Amino acid sequence: MSDTQNSIPSITDRVKPIAAGAPVVAVHFLKDRAVFALGEETLLFVAADRSVQRVQVHAGGILAAVSDGRRIVTSGDDGKVVATDAAGDAETLAIDPKHRWIDRVALGPDGAVAWSAGKQAFVRNAKGEVKSVDLPSNAGGLAFSPKGLRVAIAHYGGATLWFPNAQATPETFAWKGSHLDVMFSPDGRFLVTSMQEPMLHGWRLADAKDMRMSGYSGKVRSMAWTADGKGLATSGSEQLIIWPFGSKDGPMGKQPRMLAPYSKRAVAVACHPKQEIVAVGFEDGLIMLCRIDDGAEILAKKPDAAPVSALAWSANGARLAFGTEDGEAGIADLA
Amino acid sequence: MPDTNEKIPVTVLTGYLGAGKTTLLNRILSEPHGKRYAVIVNEFGEIGIDNDLIVGADEEVFEMNNGCICCTVRGDLIRIIDGLMRRKGKFDAIIVETTGLADPAPVAQTFFVDENVGNKTKLDAVVTVADAKWLRDRLKDAPEAKNQIAFADVILINKTDLVTDAELRETEARIRGINPYAKLHRTQRAQIPLNEVLDRKAFDLERILDIEPAFLEADDHDDHDHDHHHHDHGRSHSHGGLKHYHDEEMQSISLSSDQPLDPDKFFPFIQNLTQAEGPNILRCKGIVALKDDPQRFVFQGVHMMLDGDHQREWRADEKRQSRVVFIGRNLPEEKIRKGFESTVATY
Repeated sequence: MSDTQNSIPSITDRVKPIAAGAPVVAVHFLKDRAVFALGEETLLFVAADRSVQRVQVHAGGILAAVSDGRRIVTSGDDGKVVATDAAGDAETLAIDPKHRWIDRVALGPDGAVAWSAGKQAFVRNAKGEVKSVDLPSNAGGLAFSPKGLRVAIAHYGGATLWFPNAQATPETFAWKGSHLDVMFSPDGRFLVTSMQEPMLHGWRLADAKDMRMSGYSGKVRSMAWTADGKGLATSGSEQLIIWPFGSKDGPMGKQPRMLAPYSKRAVAVACHPKQEIVAVGFEDGLIMLCRIDDGAEILAKKPDAAPVSALAWSANGARLAFGTEDGEAGIADLA
Repeated sequence: MPDTNEKIPVTVLTGYLGAGKTTLLNRILSEPHGKRYAVIVNEFGEIGIDNDLIVGADEEVFEMNNGCICCTVRGDLIRIIDGLMRRKGKFDAIIVETTGLADPAPVAQTFFVDENVGNKTKLDAVVTVADAKWLRDRLKDAPEAKNQIAFADVILINKTDLVTDAELRETEARIRGINPYAKLHRTQRAQIPLNEVLDRKAFDLERILDIEPAFLEADDHDDHDHDHHHHDHGRSHSHGGLKHYHDEEMQSISLSSDQPLDPDKFFPFIQNLTQAEGPNILRCKGIVALKDDPQRFVFQGVHMMLDGDHQREWRADEKRQSRVVFIGRNLPEEKIRKGFESTVATY
């Protein structure tokens, strides 16, 4: 497949390169600006006219960055959780009293923020009240349920569903192994984790039925729901893997879609917000857009040395921003 | 695989409680070497370590979901190294200090098992600090202490000023009974030239050179250059007086052959052996001369995990001898020896 980049249509001439100058941890769009979370200290805001604003949000490494489209919440090895709005104004939401690394962070639909440090997870609701729960191990990942009432926490040995506003004991879904990232399906019926092994695990929440999704060549480090919410696009293989979650049984007993085959492993995925298109980043820096219907491919970035580490669409789907582990970044304008 | 030269070296410091790990760590950090270290410690904040980049670890040992009970990794280390890589360029090397009760195997296996960790960092060496006075007692009552000695590439026998020469020799003999291959140093207050503990490349296949037992070398000196009053150098250079112990539980087995080995027999042998005895084999390494192969094959392993490659051409003046060593617990020596001998090529 080495001739992929020559044989498919290309939009590489629509990409504006950006010198990020540091590894890109994540990228999100806030209003009309792309915001790159860099490896250390800084959020880099890039406007459509390419004007740049740098905002220092941490005194050290940035470990995680999530967004709800209104603000970006970052966590760092300085023990802080910081929210930064579209104007670039940063507010510290929490400081860990022991200055532990804040490894993971998640945003709820109602303005609540969750984070984890050591064997504890925390939730700060929109009113600023903070609650915590003790965990059996460090959290691999955090996610709010679509309605925001529950927080899923992936850890060694399974995932825990925590109701921060209720007295109920957290509910644990057990599955052997170390669980990393965690996501609810958009309809709230399924919970999916990526694992230390090259596989995903899932539970149907109604009956805790287990779902194993395997066949990957490496750890799945990136997952995203397709525009219609019925497919889970994943990295971790030498192609794009999309698991079908549209039916009541989810992917149980079904084969995934396998698109965008390439010689290198996919490491980042981002689903278009409106159309059934997935942007896929590979470990050699190549980025392809792939249409789910027919598997048609468009080249967005040619390959080079560093793996793609961040990939995001603007809210209207007109722009795609990306970053790599060695600080290469860009914004593709598709409008 | 990316060029190994670009990978960040990781040194693992182990040693039973009170042996002097933290003293060694502070010595490494405070010497004027111009290098910057990221330090991963346990019990964050409870010990005085002066360094810019210190990370508290939880020593979470996770079993891998691959049906292999000895395949354990340090989950926290995977997460921390991933996070540290955000600050690449701010440090030259990583030092992992384990607790006194830790088994070094999950730390070492993390570098074999996790792809991201293995792509960005490389295990340099396991350095074990042993208490000259108390190690012998710990070898009797603490399996962790024995693991740490068996696993080590470099061992510091520390606090030599607190024991007599006879006690020191006894301790060394006990260590050699478990691990004759580690580089042994006598120290006080963990004083040692840093090049003896850092940048050892002990897990680098390129550096598996001579796996002769180190105690055959005339390596009978302290690594400090003062306080010589308790030494009796007059008679200590003869190894005739060195006691040799066989530890009842932990042994090393050394195998060699001057005949080339048959690759169709040797690889199944080593793979089956590490599968069957993996939980008991702590470390293994070898240089192998294969039939009709102009190159040396080198390998090393931790429990069930093996890493091997062709290293280079045999030199014309070099004896084409295969040498393989195992360090482990209750190893079936006769079975291993016969198995190895059966891999000799027949022409």
